[in-house]
Amino acid sequence: MEKVFERPRSLTDLEFSYCPGCAHSIIHRMIAEVIDELGIVESCVGVCPVGCAVFMYDYMACDMIEAAHGRAPAVATGVKRVLPDTIVWTYQGDGDLASIGTAEIVHAAARGENISVVFINNATYGMTGGQMAPTTLLGQKSTTCPTGRTVAANGYPIRVCELLAALDGPSYIERVAPTSPAGLVKTKKAIKRAFETQIAGKGFSLVEVLSNCPTQLRMSPIDSLKWVDENMVPVYPPGVFVDK
Amino acid sequence: MAKRTLMKGNEAICYGAVAAHCDAFFGYPITPQNEIPEKMSVLMPQNGGVFLQAESEVSAINMVYGAASAGKRAMTSSSSPGISLKQEGISYIAACELPCVIVNVQRGGPGLGTILAGQADYFQMIKGGGHGDYKIITLAPWSVQECYEFMPLAFDLADKYRNPAAILMDAILGQMIEAADLHGNFHYPTYDKPWATTGAKGRAHNVVNSLWIDPPVLEALNQRLQERYRAAERDEVRYAEYRTDDAELILVAYGTTARICRTVVDLAREEGLKVGLLRPITLYPFPTPRLAQLATAGTRFLAVEMSCGQMVEDVRLAVNGAAEVAFHGRTGGAVPTPAEILDRVRELLASPRLYAGSEQRGSA
Repeated sequence: MEKVFERPRSLTDLEFSYCPGCAHSIIHRMIAEVIDELGIVESCVGVCPVGCAVFMYDYMACDMIEAAHGRAPAVATGVKRVLPDTIVWTYQGDGDLASIGTAEIVHAAARGENISVVFINNATYGMTGGQMAPTTLLGQKSTTCPTGRTVAANGYPIRVCELLAALDGPSYIERVAPTSPAGLVKTKKAIKRAFETQIAGKGFSLVEVLSNCPTQLRMSPIDSLKWVDENMVPVYPPGVFVDK
Repeated sequence: MAKRTLMKGNEAICYGAVAAHCDAFFGYPITPQNEIPEKMSVLMPQNGGVFLQAESEVSAINMVYGAASAGKRAMTSSSSPGISLKQEGISYIAACELPCVIVNVQRGGPGLGTILAGQADYFQMIKGGGHGDYKIITLAPWSVQECYEFMPLAFDLADKYRNPAAILMDAILGQMIEAADLHGNFHYPTYDKPWATTGAKGRAHNVVNSLWIDPPVLEALNQRLQERYRAAERDEVRYAEYRTDDAELILVAYGTTARICRTVVDLAREEGLKVGLLRPITLYPFPTPRLAQLATAGTRFLAVEMSCGQMVEDVRLAVNGAAEVAFHGRTGGAVPTPAEILDRVRELLASPRLYAGSEQRGSA
């Protein structure tokens, strides 16, 4: 019988520890498929974040570095500069990339650092217990804004793609919403495009993935995807922001 | 006669880094160490290495973390407030058992402090400025020549112990111009780095990580680090002594302050006062056994620092109550003068001895 679906070679045999319905699992798999398809598992180095995806170093079969919170772009820069032939990528959440690590991501983008960034925006701090994220929506409740995010108290959510697209450095920036089969296909294509941008030596690439956190939203996986479509997509419109 | 070149301590650090085959430098401007990134921006590309000015000290040390993970010889330099910013990264690098070199050209603190010289970062460097149980092997040069010599040594110690190594100097040493012999004559071994994240070609994937949720695993890491520190304490202690043979009072000082104290020893000897100098060259590991040995001989100690009293605590721990330990310190960019230290020496030697010691020597 022909095998039509199998585990990507770029994943280890370990089971993911993510909550049922969480987007991390499917995005991890997509990155692994892209690494397989590009044939770079032996020549790439991943840098994973602090947060739910911290254990990504155990799930990926390529060389991995666990960075301090927000510092992945600096760590990736260190690797890429000394091993320019290596394909270097980071995987970062919204607290990691858009709050504590804003300096690192902005300057890596501004330098046109030849790395690829997969940015998971789920509008919450999943691992620490649903605190307000830099991308938490206005009116959205969290454990540190229990009556909802207000402009007066917390200011506005940050649109990372739009922010970074204002710089001259980036070569490819796209936002995707893997909330439907079509969205999943687009997401995988975008991640592959980001890696191809780096392989072509074009410089900085970033894919923002609008993700669902059913646990902190206290919703079923399907309802949480609907929530992303209805609430996040209007604030964070999917699309290609930079493509050089 | 060897060719000698006039240069600042900061410049000698750079030539030392090149002699050590440093692969990458990441840094951020801060006075009084700016000659280091400036010089490295020229020297590194000339020698096939990487120079990158980071967006912050935080990023610079994390770039070092990345380059060290990739198995390369990486370094950063900064001065006191910038070293504070690097502490998070230093803790991660130590936890991940990665080698790297950190140069701290100390200025006076706390806070923004002053750009003039200070030695008040001793606690930060030696006692662990970041979180967790780790140590930084730290060398304290006292001349421009030693700034040069200690860089290859620091890289070797970092690789040997898979741990960050540091050069702790100060604004005076960084800015002072002296003749240095850039002999390039170093014979350190090379080290295999099978753990490096260079791409998992023909092997299982390598992971550089400091998260260990399972208590026995993290405890085992801590025990491994501690064993390594005990080995460094056994094998890597370096110090120099000057006229200590018959000394009744031994000055203990490092770096710039030690040079001033050498002058004090000569001035005191001219007055017939039996004074010597012990200069720790490694601040960690500290020359504890030698100080303990001297303490039992009934000697008194005077620690001199450009701080409110930091290294003096390690002198006291070393003598462990067996000898009198006095302290003289200046701060705020003020430098202790030979005259004021000599006054203190006279005063101490004129005062009654508090500790007899286990064996008397010299006149009471």
